[in-house]
Amino acid sequence: MLTLLFDGIAYGMLLFVLALGLAVTMGLMNFINLAHGAFAMAGGYILVLMMQKAGWPFLACLPVAFAGTALLGAVLERTIYRPMYGKPHLDQVLFSIGLTFMAVAAVDYAMGSSQQNVQLPEWLRQRFEFGSGPWMLGMGAYRLFIVVSCVALALGLQAILSRTRFGSRLRAAVDDPRVAAGLGLPVDRIFLLTFAVGSGLAGLGGALGADILGVEPTFPLKFMVYFLIVCAVGGTSSITGPLVAALVLGIADVMGKYYAPKLGAFIVYVLMIAILLWRPQGLFTREAGK
Amino acid sequence: MTRRHTLITLAIAALALGTGAAQAQSDTVKIGVILPMTGQSASTGKQIDAAIKLWVAQNGNKAGGKKVEVIVKDDAGVADTTRRLAQELVVNDKVVALAGFGLTPLALATAPIATQSKTPLVVMAAATSSITEASPYIVRTSFTLPQAAVSIAEWAAKNKIKKVVTLVADYGPGNDAEKFFADRFVLNGGSVAEKLRTPLRGPDFAPVLQKVRDAAPDALFVFLPSGQGAQFMKQFAERGLAKAGIRLIATGDVTDDDQLNDMGDVALGVVNSHHYSAAHPSPANKKFVEAFEAANKFRPNFMAVGGYDGMRVIYNALNTTKGAGGEALLNAMKGQIFESPRGPVLIDAQTREIVQDIYIRKVERVNGQLYNVEFDVQKGVKDPGKLK
Repeated sequence: MLTLLFDGIAYGMLLFVLALGLAVTMGLMNFINLAHGAFAMAGGYILVLMMQKAGWPFLACLPVAFAGTALLGAVLERTIYRPMYGKPHLDQVLFSIGLTFMAVAAVDYAMGSSQQNVQLPEWLRQRFEFGSGPWMLGMGAYRLFIVVSCVALALGLQAILSRTRFGSRLRAAVDDPRVAAGLGLPVDRIFLLTFAVGSGLAGLGGALGADILGVEPTFPLKFMVYFLIVCAVGGTSSITGPLVAALVLGIADVMGKYYAPKLGAFIVYVLMIAILLWRPQGLFTREAGK
Repeated sequence: MTRRHTLITLAIAALALGTGAAQAQSDTVKIGVILPMTGQSASTGKQIDAAIKLWVAQNGNKAGGKKVEVIVKDDAGVADTTRRLAQELVVNDKVVALAGFGLTPLALATAPIATQSKTPLVVMAAATSSITEASPYIVRTSFTLPQAAVSIAEWAAKNKIKKVVTLVADYGPGNDAEKFFADRFVLNGGSVAEKLRTPLRGPDFAPVLQKVRDAAPDALFVFLPSGQGAQFMKQFAERGLAKAGIRLIATGDVTDDDQLNDMGDVALGVVNSHHYSAAHPSPANKKFVEAFEAANKFRPNFMAVGGYDGMRVIYNALNTTKGAGGEALLNAMKGQIFESPRGPVLIDAQTREIVQDIYIRKVERVNGQLYNVEFDVQKGVKDPGKLK
């Protein structure tokens, strides 16, 4: 029981890091980026390549995965995303889903379609167990590591957004780019940085989750639905929203597969429908919404 | 205008007739191979394609006194595409045989075309038992999941395994594996505590594995499509199931030769049943593996051997019919007996299904590489799905 709860939290945390970048670009920059999963996949492949080909240790690969995808995100933002900001949402969706398909095909061509394997270091393969019977808590070190790093990330990001100058500039730039630019804020650069960090987070999520979610070319399509559910349920105006949504979904998914295996993966969708019927704007959106 | 139009139509018709006639007289027979060369199951396509090329390289491009031309098409694992490609191959290219078929739905979608055009269809990969019943023109050279599942059930019952939980991917072959394993295991006095299924696209096994652990069986029987095996075994180890005294038994798809080496130490000691291992100790297999590895950068797996034997069945049949197709070719395929790299096999004349030895293997490290090492065998296993 507790073990399941823990697994659910770990899964939810992973979803959170993966979806956070999407929530940021969607909520803060008002841009729908369906290619978000492609960045996550890029992070996963960077991790796999660094570990297999260059022989880097797992921990060292994580920052590289973040930096690599952030850089990729920055370059793409500069070159192809920026002209899309002013376009209607349908154009953005078509554009970014196209990018996703290109990424899938490109990775398939370059790396092959099979699942890539990650060899975790020994200390992440341990398992801690406490208590016994139905209240036994078993925690894999790797999942524990995911939970801890994701909590740290969430706290850090929340602090940056609400406490720092960059955070307030970003919020200002999002609320009204024209006025913000008129006041001398470098809106373009703020967006560039935000997009890069969002992509980097996706990459980090892809790398962190490589061992649980798998790394393969169809990754962006397979998990796009989950990202979107997290954003839809959690709302996109804060970090708390997606966090809570991701946790709820993660726990519901794991519990559902355990207690009602026949329903299996469907539980998540039922839950989404129920929550959206109850709060169509998402769990944590300001009443008016966009 | 109308007159010119008629003339052009006539000209085209004449041309078409001309080429048609030319084709009928030509000394070339064509074999249409449809494989998933891209998409999720691309590794299946890659393996079979390599095996077909190897067969042609070793045996030349002549059979039954005619030149053999192999046309390979990519269906990306989408059934609609397979069907369309099969239609094109039959109608436009006039192939004498269709072959390939990486997944069950792809073979089933194409079955009606084989029946209508009386074209023999050789299934080189897909493993659901019912496929050969979909058309009287289907011949199979791969294996059926019941063959593998029943063999490991026999072995488990004899090796102090009393209580089992089954875990299969929720689709045709998975359901086959679950049913036939459970039936045979219960028949031999064992009990199945729980039958679990995971969605095909659900790569996190945490909840089901926790369920297995709580049920505390002697062993967990697993079937997953090749590709998910590595992920599964890692989580099996991580969750401490082995330490809790639960053994892992599986069909050979889980320890697919293609990916076994990348799985690492978690795969060591897994007992599984299958019809082919790259480590099969026979001279025929040694030759096959050497030639295959020399031509490609990877090891042949059970898909490759299905493709290789499929080509052999077609070549042998063409030799018998002197290059004729249709019913004659189909009949020449039935009842073939030969020594495959996997061991002696027979194409059952009644069911058009392959009859073969199923080996019980254990994953071991041989010369620094992971292999499925065979240690027991069930001789001449017919598809249990058709023994009623």
